[in-house]
Amino acid sequence: MLPFQPVVLWSDALLFLLLAAVLAFVRHVRRNDHLREPWRRVAGSRLGMASAVILAAYALIGLLDSLHYRPQLPIQPGQPVQYAAEVLSVFDALAEPLRTRVEETYSAPFATHLFVKKNLTQDDGRVVRDYPRLKYGGAHLQDPAQRTADIATRALRGAGWGLAAAVLAWGVAVLWLGRRREIGVMAAGRALLHDPALGGVRSALFTLGLLLLATGAVAALAGHYHVLGTDKVGQDVLYLALKSIRTGLLIGTLTTLILLPLALSLGVAAGYFGGRTDDVIQYVYTTLNSIPGVLLIAAAVLVAQVYIESNPELYDTAAARSDLRLVFLCGILGITSWTGLARLLRGETLKLRELEYIQAARAFGVSHLGILGRHILPNVSHLILITLVIDFSGLVLAEAVLSYVGVGVDPVMASWGNMINGARLELAREPVVWWQLAAAFLFMFALVLAANLFADSVRTAFDPRSAGQR
Amino acid sequence: MRAWIVLLTLLLAACGGPLNNPYAPDEAAQNVLFSNFGPDRPKHLDPARSYSENEIVFTGQIYEPPLQYHYLRRPYVLEPLTAAEMPRVRYYDASGRELPSDAPAEAIAYTTYDIRIKPGIRYQPHPCFALDAQGRPRYVPIAPAELERVRRLADFRETGSRELVAADYVYQIKRLANPRLNSPIYGLMSEYIVGLKEYGQRLEAVVKDLPREAYVDLERYPLAGAQVIDRYTYRITIRGKYPQFIYWLAMPFFAPVPPEAERFYSQPGMAERNLTLDWQPVGTGPFYLAENDPNRVMILRRNPHYHDDFYPAEGEPGDAEAGLTRDAGRRLPLLDAAVYTLEKEDIPEWAKFLQGYYDASGITSDTFDQAIRIGPDGRPDLSPEMRARDIRLSTAVRTSIWYVGFNMLDPVVGGTSERARKLRQALSIALDYEEFISIFLNGRGIPAQGPLPPGIFGHREGEAGINPVVYRWQGGRAVRRDLTEARRLLAEAGYPDGREAASGRPLTLFFDTMASGPEAKSRLDWYRKQFAKLGIQLVIRATDYNRFQDKMRKGNAQIFEWGWNADYPDPENFLFLLYGPNRKAGTNGENAANYANPEYDRLFRQMKDMDNGPERQRVIDAMVDILRHDAPWVFAYHPQSYGLRHAWVANVKPNLMANNTLKYRSVEPALRVAYQAHWNRPVWWPLGVMLIVAAAAMVPAVLAYRRRLSATAKDRA
Amino acid sequence: MTAYIVRRLLYAIPILIGVNLITFALFFIVNTPDDMARIHLGAKHVTAEAIERWKREHGYDKPLFYNGEAAGVARLTDTLFVQKSLRLFVFDFGQADDGRDIGREIRERMWPSLAIALPTLLTGLAVYISFALLLVFFRATYLDLAGVVLCVVLMSISGLFYVIGGQYLLGKLWNLVPISGYQPGLDAVKFLVLPVLVGVVSGIGESTRFYRTLFLEEMHKDYVRTARAKGLAESVVLFRHVLGNAMIPILTGVVVVIPRLFLGSLIVESFFGIPGLGSYTIDAIAAQDFAIVRAMVFLGSVLYILGLLLTDLSYTLVDPRVRLE
Repeated sequence: MLPFQPVVLWSDALLFLLLAAVLAFVRHVRRNDHLREPWRRVAGSRLGMASAVILAAYALIGLLDSLHYRPQLPIQPGQPVQYAAEVLSVFDALAEPLRTRVEETYSAPFATHLFVKKNLTQDDGRVVRDYPRLKYGGAHLQDPAQRTADIATRALRGAGWGLAAAVLAWGVAVLWLGRRREIGVMAAGRALLHDPALGGVRSALFTLGLLLLATGAVAALAGHYHVLGTDKVGQDVLYLALKSIRTGLLIGTLTTLILLPLALSLGVAAGYFGGRTDDVIQYVYTTLNSIPGVLLIAAAVLVAQVYIESNPELYDTAAARSDLRLVFLCGILGITSWTGLARLLRGETLKLRELEYIQAARAFGVSHLGILGRHILPNVSHLILITLVIDFSGLVLAEAVLSYVGVGVDPVMASWGNMINGARLELAREPVVWWQLAAAFLFMFALVLAANLFADSVRTAFDPRSAGQR
Repeated sequence: MRAWIVLLTLLLAACGGPLNNPYAPDEAAQNVLFSNFGPDRPKHLDPARSYSENEIVFTGQIYEPPLQYHYLRRPYVLEPLTAAEMPRVRYYDASGRELPSDAPAEAIAYTTYDIRIKPGIRYQPHPCFALDAQGRPRYVPIAPAELERVRRLADFRETGSRELVAADYVYQIKRLANPRLNSPIYGLMSEYIVGLKEYGQRLEAVVKDLPREAYVDLERYPLAGAQVIDRYTYRITIRGKYPQFIYWLAMPFFAPVPPEAERFYSQPGMAERNLTLDWQPVGTGPFYLAENDPNRVMILRRNPHYHDDFYPAEGEPGDAEAGLTRDAGRRLPLLDAAVYTLEKEDIPEWAKFLQGYYDASGITSDTFDQAIRIGPDGRPDLSPEMRARDIRLSTAVRTSIWYVGFNMLDPVVGGTSERARKLRQALSIALDYEEFISIFLNGRGIPAQGPLPPGIFGHREGEAGINPVVYRWQGGRAVRRDLTEARRLLAEAGYPDGREAASGRPLTLFFDTMASGPEAKSRLDWYRKQFAKLGIQLVIRATDYNRFQDKMRKGNAQIFEWGWNADYPDPENFLFLLYGPNRKAGTNGENAANYANPEYDRLFRQMKDMDNGPERQRVIDAMVDILRHDAPWVFAYHPQSYGLRHAWVANVKPNLMANNTLKYRSVEPALRVAYQAHWNRPVWWPLGVMLIVAAAAMVPAVLAYRRRLSATAKDRA
Repeated sequence: MTAYIVRRLLYAIPILIGVNLITFALFFIVNTPDDMARIHLGAKHVTAEAIERWKREHGYDKPLFYNGEAAGVARLTDTLFVQKSLRLFVFDFGQADDGRDIGREIRERMWPSLAIALPTLLTGLAVYISFALLLVFFRATYLDLAGVVLCVVLMSISGLFYVIGGQYLLGKLWNLVPISGYQPGLDAVKFLVLPVLVGVVSGIGESTRFYRTLFLEEMHKDYVRTARAKGLAESVVLFRHVLGNAMIPILTGVVVVIPRLFLGSLIVESFFGIPGLGSYTIDAIAAQDFAIVRAMVFLGSVLYILGLLLTDLSYTLVDPRVRLE
């Protein structure tokens, strides 16, 4: 008997479907040398690899946060086993202290006292107005004055563990290189440090090292302090920012899952078949394009709400409700944004269709599907890839704006958009509560920057014409 | 950079005063009040329709009902406004015989109110009163060619006025029944005013086949319950005894509307220019609406025909010391105009207040810490920063209540069973409103012990007033009962540790709300935290306004948050919120919890018609005890309103009942100009620094370019 | 040419019908006419008769797409959809829920929108092109590299941060401009500085990078090489030849957005309290005022189609080889 009950939300299922598709694609690429070539170029790019490491770290957190379960409640005699109504994820379990150590209201990063004054009853019964000590943040300190020293020792110790992990990573890389090139460990080490061909690997390892160092320090501190402070109801901002990763990633990736089949089938069909098909498809996307996107999204989100309201029995947990809204949002974003890619594919297919070898294939009686699958698709795949990678960062940014308009993700869901929205009110406070805005900015910026840089190196690798222009 | 310089030069040229002044440069020096409205614009300014607080801000200054609340005196007391004296009330039995004023309520079949208004009151200048040389209306009928040139009301060059007569009041009461207007109080008033319901049905038949804007001459159809006695007197007849009716006579619903205005606005072509009574009111009040651009600004100006009205000389003890009677005897209104700018968000509103561009401001929980410092005695006071700016503070407990309601039709939390009642009681203890008030209201509220807020008859202070289900009296104050007691009650209700005793399934409850946005998020998080204390999972069912209303109407909600603002200072206005026949589901009343208790309902009917006194207090106590025991609501809190104003604003005393307080307000413009200039000195150096940094970044690049040029030149050579 | 324009305009009709179909379908999945009546009538004391009357007066008492009670063609025409959308085609938008005339409101609100959108577009173009030229001029120096990195960094910041930061610094800390609001006429300038600045800055990253790529592509063309071979100075090559030729794709790319400038920006307008069409739309969504939403969607589509048409026409003007058929 499992001590928990696994829960698969809609978005989890779709995310893992997407992951499976990506893995299948990777396998496919590895088998074909001509497909591997551009990826080798990506692997050689220093910026590309560094950003890939950052993206991988985000993806890891997002995936861990997508393994949901309901923990078992303590068994009481004579009762069947019951599970909690609350849905948790593996990430929640790992970050247990962050999730459960909730203060009363705002506290600054690394603070030992609350950010607002309260009436405190002293031992002698007098009531004074002062900043109370936090329930958790720095609660282990006898005297708040020891704080700086304590933070320094803990951070150093944590960073030490991070450093050890980084060294381990370098060691593994050296061994891998040694086996691959069939050279000695020393030679492999020298190569890893100096070989220009390994620039990408080197920068990846370097980024990984930095990341581990920072993670170590933060992890060591997060158990005893609120590293990024707490929000209005006392939740740890670091935890919220980390939870928001999954939301951002889902918006950026699930949308592709919906957009891709639409854009691919309709765009290629319009270009390849032409005539009536082309007219109809062009009509559809001009119509969709001409409706201002926000209006379409707002309407669709409302539809989702109505659907949830009319089927309450299907979505009894809070997680399921906000999850469905998220999936709906991805869906409608997909529907509003497929037109760009479709138009691109249509144009490219129009050109390809006229090429001699495709004309020849047609003359030999190869079926349409055959031609599309064997000749057209491989030749437009680089376009698809580049567009998707570029779209990703735009979608992550769009989430924040939509949440502002009130048609974004569920307001109780952790997301950067919701955090920024809340932070706007905090900026009007005096003294300013800046940490929630800063945290959202930092986490979002890192993801989008990494995605943009990665998109650049992918584009350079796949589209040699743009090489050197970045 | 170039764009910058151009824009900044333009800026300097455009205004003389502070750069960030959102008004015209000389406006601050005038005898004008600057305020704001929003986030939503007022939808209706027709006195038969407007009911929202943001509309009454305007209609209260423009329209004058016969009565008003005394500005300074407490408890709230009514006094004549346009009436010459307080209405004369007479009671009659079913056969039409007059009864003495102490007759039992059951015996009273009709009540009449005779209202005599002061002669010589005149309407604001308005084109609907303009007459031509022959004494006929100048603009009725209007030639299409003439209307062609009109874009705003101000484009009608000729205006007129006329004396207020009793018939205008009767006309407005008839308008309440006009099906075109959908007056929000038509349903309620048709229960009371004799013949109003039949009048509505009759009008319904009349307007059915008329086009939408067509003018209906209500003067052709008499109404039994509202009649003109003479030029200055009219009589309202209501069914039975309804002592609270007098309070309605202080609301704009019962203000006069001149039939000329309606005839003027009903002409073809007016509505498409937004010239309707709903947007361009016509009244006798101290101000008239001079500009109405609900997208940007609304301006009230002094009515040149305003009747004699003087600042009150006496008030509560302490008012004289507070300087509130300094203007005693001065002719009202004291201001020339009031400018209301549309402000959709709290942040710019607060910032502009601090810059001196709004004369007064409320406080949100996010600006509280900056503005208010709580003294050691727990009393609020201004922070040093506000003191340095000479800002003033005024506070008042609002006559409102916020509560968390349980839908009594719900199978889990509702019903009269012992099990459900204990569950509700347990939750009442667990929802820690002391914490809520401290986090979200920064202490600007008091935890509610029952449905009646302080300042309303029937409210009790001290030990006698606590809710014994939720509180204990300890050390001279109310202390919330311990969580262990809540857990015990929960276990007795059959949910030990928040799990069903029989199956062990965790208890999940649903919270229905239409709240959204960042502020709502933290509040909803807080609710989840409170329920989790008992091991109950709370699922938030957030939805939009329509869906929420629909759920409430159908009785499908489970737990919800709701509030009520007093219409008038009488306990009936709060206790009717839980009166059984008044329930929401099915009858669409205001009893959102759908609570029904026969004993309570009986007492309510008894209490309703009583005059304030020990006897009434006894009945109210019994009713409140029933509510505390049944716990259909978690009594949350009574909010306190904190108002800030600048040093140049005077005569501010919170009056939660009166809505025509603008006429008492005064400002000292010279002081305002000085403060604004002092607070808004532009800071230029950051721009200078930016320019220098940008220039510095260019230098090495130019050098590098030069080097490259010379290198190529050498290569060529 | 005229025939082409007429045909394109005729082609717009089915698109607009499609747009209307989508709007109606989406809106009425969510809302029933009863809901609309309730919103309009307010929350307190609403009777069933009042709702019926409101629906009848506002024409919402008909079936949505198919009227089974009518006879013949009227089955399809005597419906909510046909009745309501036909009026849109003659730009008769009717009244909003609060009784105000939508057409008039649009005419009034379009100017503030334009007052922000047009300066933003023009200043933006000037700034982006100057920056891009600067980077190209100093290409392959550290300034170019730093510029490109800066662009990517700027691109990665959510637009909301620019708005929040701008209001905080310029409006609150430095007292240079009003934080929000609007006045018509010349007074508008001081209110427009901040929104325009924010609009321009938030686009810097992406647009500068885009124009830089465009210029670099142009630099690799033969005529540039020829010009250089003739010994022309770098600055002359850049400003006279490259810029001149690159302006063609830049301008034709801009033409498509011009009609939509009237609609304004949703986010900027509601943040800065500008009474334009963008904030009108946002408010209408929040208040679920269908009459306004329908009008704005329709207008948006018309302007979009107009933009496409203008783009095609501008191609022919710029490049005589393109012929419209």
